[in-house]
Amino acid sequence: MSAPGSQAPILPSMIVPPVVFHARHAMGRKVRGVALVAHDGFSARYDLDRIAGTFSRPSHKLAGLSYVGRVLVLDTAKGGVASAWMLHEMHSRGMSPLAIVFNSVNPILAQGAALGDLPMLAGFDVDITAAIPHGAEVEVDPETRAITVLARSAPR
Amino acid sequence: MAMRLNDEEQGILAGECGPVPQRALRHQMLVGEFFHAEDFVPVTQAHIMADTESLGDAGVSWLEQLVADSGGRRQVRIPTITDPRGTDFSKAERLGQTAAMLTLERRTIDAFVKLGVVMTDTCINYQTIQAPTRGEHVAFGDTGVVIYSNSICGARSNFEGGPSALSAGITGRTPRYGFHLESNRRATLHIRARFTPQSLNDWGALGGVIGRLAGNYWSVPVIEGIEGSPGSDQLKHFGAAMASFGSIALFHIAGVTPECAKAGDVAPANLPSHDVTRADVDALQDSYRVGDSADNVDVVVFSAPQLSLYELRELAALCDGLRFTIPMLAVTSPQVKPDADRMGYTATIEAAGGMVLSGMCFYQSYAREIAEARGWKRLATNSAKLVNILGGYGYQPMLGSMSGCVQAAVTGKLA
Repeated sequence: MSAPGSQAPILPSMIVPPVVFHARHAMGRKVRGVALVAHDGFSARYDLDRIAGTFSRPSHKLAGLSYVGRVLVLDTAKGGVASAWMLHEMHSRGMSPLAIVFNSVNPILAQGAALGDLPMLAGFDVDITAAIPHGAEVEVDPETRAITVLARSAPR
Repeated sequence: MAMRLNDEEQGILAGECGPVPQRALRHQMLVGEFFHAEDFVPVTQAHIMADTESLGDAGVSWLEQLVADSGGRRQVRIPTITDPRGTDFSKAERLGQTAAMLTLERRTIDAFVKLGVVMTDTCINYQTIQAPTRGEHVAFGDTGVVIYSNSICGARSNFEGGPSALSAGITGRTPRYGFHLESNRRATLHIRARFTPQSLNDWGALGGVIGRLAGNYWSVPVIEGIEGSPGSDQLKHFGAAMASFGSIALFHIAGVTPECAKAGDVAPANLPSHDVTRADVDALQDSYRVGDSADNVDVVVFSAPQLSLYELRELAALCDGLRFTIPMLAVTSPQVKPDADRMGYTATIEAAGGMVLSGMCFYQSYAREIAEARGWKRLATNSAKLVNILGGYGYQPMLGSMSGCVQAAVTGKLA
């Protein structure tokens, strides 16, 4: 359903902003922020220190980085059903990501996004983790099912 | 795409049944429309994952708000049961859990009871409460429950997180997408198993290897080469690990699972194919042996999924006459625990210095805080699912056989 199909070899180095990618699945409101990008999975229970607001699984490619207020661009949703509650709990403390963008999502993350008021996109014709530069400034617009790379790196 | 609603659903959405069903249906529609569901499908059972470590105060308050909403119907309308809780109240102090954790648990239980939810507190409901039947549409939480129900029982469920499972209990339906649709139940990759495990840890490790290969929720492995007829506990560990490592919700085993008498029943020609060998299973288990961690085990845990009566029987036999030097925890369901007490299994395990806990699951019980309170870091278990989860909680988890882990509780070393 949401798994990426034939993934064209778009590389971050080929991106000249603004560039738009469209998703098949979308939810939530429009946001703009800095992208944390990794071809890795996401589970709120398995991967995060939700108190510190950081990726805590040692083997995760974003280990040690803060996800708070960031647009996470990741490969796929992983793990258990707890993420549905956890996104809501993180949101209540102001410690949630700004949005999550997946190649492939599972129901739990979508259910959590619905409860936790978290914008979400999933399902692209390219590998979105290879297409979006890490650290880029992006806009996520669920209304148009689009993520736009506004700048290759966020303004300081 | 807007979902097609029948007259009853339009009434619920209009608030004719009160604010609680209305809110539940709205939540379900957000999810259903995200996945392009055309309509709802009636479900017969719901199962809610709702440990308080996940809910936090925000989630508990959300539940209490449902209870406080006045007017209309606020109780579930189909049998709706619970996954493990965040504690065993009788042993919370020994776990190092705080009064605040227990207060949150009590508030949650109180809210669920008022919503008509049955507090079964189990992740092995397919072994202890009521297994779904082939073709039965259900709304189950806990990935291990879903993958077992879909694969072994032939039921139809997606992963339903707590809010969505509760919503399904309240509305009696769920959006028709994912594994409620026959088209999504076809295999997407072929696995040739060159090794049929016997022990539970090997079954879990095999599930983990296949889960990693499959890689995402929409992948459906079909497995050939499994010899004999695996038992329920073996498939429990196999499925739970596959779901944990790969977010997989359905697999088929040729000649074993009900939708797959032979691979051709579920598999189109020319699927991507992988061989999985004994070496792959060993490699996954070995990857958790870091440095000298196996020589300095802090705690042994049997959990995830909760142990069946047969597992506790085997564990008790292994513990008989031993004396542990480090903590050993065995976690089961409230349905199994009284039988384990009655059969003397609990007494045997506890005579060796172990602790048999009921109605919780280790990783759903503030595992990070327990680690800090008790000074536990290097953890031995026979659950592949548990080792996959606990790395993110600050543990150094190691996977071994049940007998190896019991010996580790005596010697402090995992052979």
